[in-house]
Amino acid sequence: MDTLVQGLLLGGLYCLFALGQSLMFGVMRLTNTAQGDFIVLAGFAAIAAAGLLAWHPAFIALALLPLAFVAGYGLQRWVLNGALGRDPLPSLVVTFGLAIVIQNGLLQLFSADPRSLDAGALATRSVAAGGTAVGVLPALIFAIALAATAALQWLFGRTRLGRAFRAVSDDREIAELMGLDARKVYAFATGIAFVLIAVAGVLQAMRTTVSPSDGPLLLLFAFEAVIIGGMGSFWGTFAGAMLLGITQQIGFRLDPGWGIWLGHLVFLAVLVVRPQGLFPKTRG
Amino acid sequence: MAIDVLHVPTGSANLPHASDEPQVLRSTPLAQAALAGSVALVGIAATLPLWGESSWMREFVEIACYFVFASMWNLLAGYGGMVSIGQQAFFGIGGYAMLALANFAGVNPFLAIALAAMAAAVIAVPVSWVAFRLSGGYFAIGSWVIAEVFRLGIANVSAVGGGSGTSLTALRGIAKATREGVTYWVALAAVVACIALVYAFLRSKQGLALLAIRDNETAAESQGIAVRRMKLAVYVVAAFGTALAGALYFVGNLRISPDAAFSVNWTAFAIFMVMIGGIGRIEGPIVGALVFWALNKFFSDYGTWYLLGIGLLAIVATLFFRQGLAGWAQQRWGWELFPTRRVLKP
Repeated sequence: MDTLVQGLLLGGLYCLFALGQSLMFGVMRLTNTAQGDFIVLAGFAAIAAAGLLAWHPAFIALALLPLAFVAGYGLQRWVLNGALGRDPLPSLVVTFGLAIVIQNGLLQLFSADPRSLDAGALATRSVAAGGTAVGVLPALIFAIALAATAALQWLFGRTRLGRAFRAVSDDREIAELMGLDARKVYAFATGIAFVLIAVAGVLQAMRTTVSPSDGPLLLLFAFEAVIIGGMGSFWGTFAGAMLLGITQQIGFRLDPGWGIWLGHLVFLAVLVVRPQGLFPKTRG
Repeated sequence: MAIDVLHVPTGSANLPHASDEPQVLRSTPLAQAALAGSVALVGIAATLPLWGESSWMREFVEIACYFVFASMWNLLAGYGGMVSIGQQAFFGIGGYAMLALANFAGVNPFLAIALAAMAAAVIAVPVSWVAFRLSGGYFAIGSWVIAEVFRLGIANVSAVGGGSGTSLTALRGIAKATREGVTYWVALAAVVACIALVYAFLRSKQGLALLAIRDNETAAESQGIAVRRMKLAVYVVAAFGTALAGALYFVGNLRISPDAAFSVNWTAFAIFMVMIGGIGRIEGPIVGALVFWALNKFFSDYGTWYLLGIGLLAIVATLFFRQGLAGWAQQRWGWELFPTRRVLKP
């Protein structure tokens, strides 16, 4: 029971890692291999801001969101749009190059030490529920993940912007004939994905630590959640993250050295048994 | 055979003469000169252990491993259309299989290099069943997950030292000069074989099929090309070559650890070399490896700044210089040292 609850709470964090990835793939078939590194970058940005400004972490997080949107919008508009196309190679190489630049840039600025964002009393408080102690911060992260998934699903399904996302996702040329500027729509999608990345980065830095070399592992978790859940479905991503969190928690319980390994294996097993994921919406 | 129908003689006067047949050019004088030059260069290089310094040989072995890895990545991504960020899986498997064969089974380490590469090729078949479930960008990251599974798996095997790794003790009895000389010759042979095999393969009928798949998978399949089998063949060959590089590297290095053997940096450097040199060209990884060697020699002391610069260069090359140095040379001066195209004689 305890393992299950802890797994779900861990899954909440993984869900936040994965939503940005899910959105970017859903709208423009772009695989962002720097996803994890951007999460780490956001975490370090929050830590640096906390050191300079001495604000409450919540305000720092709120101030970071519009910055993240602008960064994502700009990155897509002026860099990544140039790498999109039928061939996945250019966008893969460019985002992989960005990952290396971010990792080494952070290493140069902050050294290799893991750091964390001081969340005050929030970090240690917990409540007893159903025979197990639930940390307030992990529960809050889970609630934010749930809210973010619901919000993204609403945005995608019920708003004008969401309709534009779906239109360019289905057929870019036709959408452009109908008057949409695909390049701008893509930039909006990446902007929103970066807001989610910033949320994930701040919460990761609060809950545990971030270090410059963490990025690739976070990318793999995000990717596994997306694939297990099925492409193009945000609730699928949520479910995939939960399954991954629970699996890892069970693995950690068995042997600390095998937790992540077991998570990878379950991912590969899902891939073999059900390659389209648990709840697929769009086709690759 | 369909062509012959066009040449059915309608009268003796316009019987087609042999010289009227379209002739296909498959080589150029420059390419023949390059081939002769390469043979001479290899001949001189083979004598290096007799007059060179041992640091040169070590340096060559290292860059040879980088080159073979990059060349296999080029085959996979540039010709097979399979962009992978997980080729370090086979590099590590090659290294560990060589070590296991040499340390535990008593096989000669140099023979173990070839056996380890074959083992990796065999392992690549079941791995492909999983990896081929994904395509495009997701294939890239999926193969990375597979590499991590191997890394974490081996890190938990205490017989090979677990996470901290182990040493290649099988070479203990061999004199240093002999060991370095033989390692160097194996590396030289690996480089020559790698270029020759890729060249011969791409000039063959199968190579033509591979190029067709790269350009348009659906169209190639409709022309009767067995796309899946072809891709599997390329994947297995790339695994073989990459594992060969891995086994060779750790024979030269004498020490192996999961983090070194399965490091994603191997693939990162391969991508850099191929993108700078020119993807989808045999010359690409050769030029890329030379550039990488030069950069490494002069700038690697700068550590993080050096790696940051490598990442930036790869981004800029991909966005604005996609043909790479070899492609640029071909466009600018018509240089093509290893022609794989079939050109109709005008």
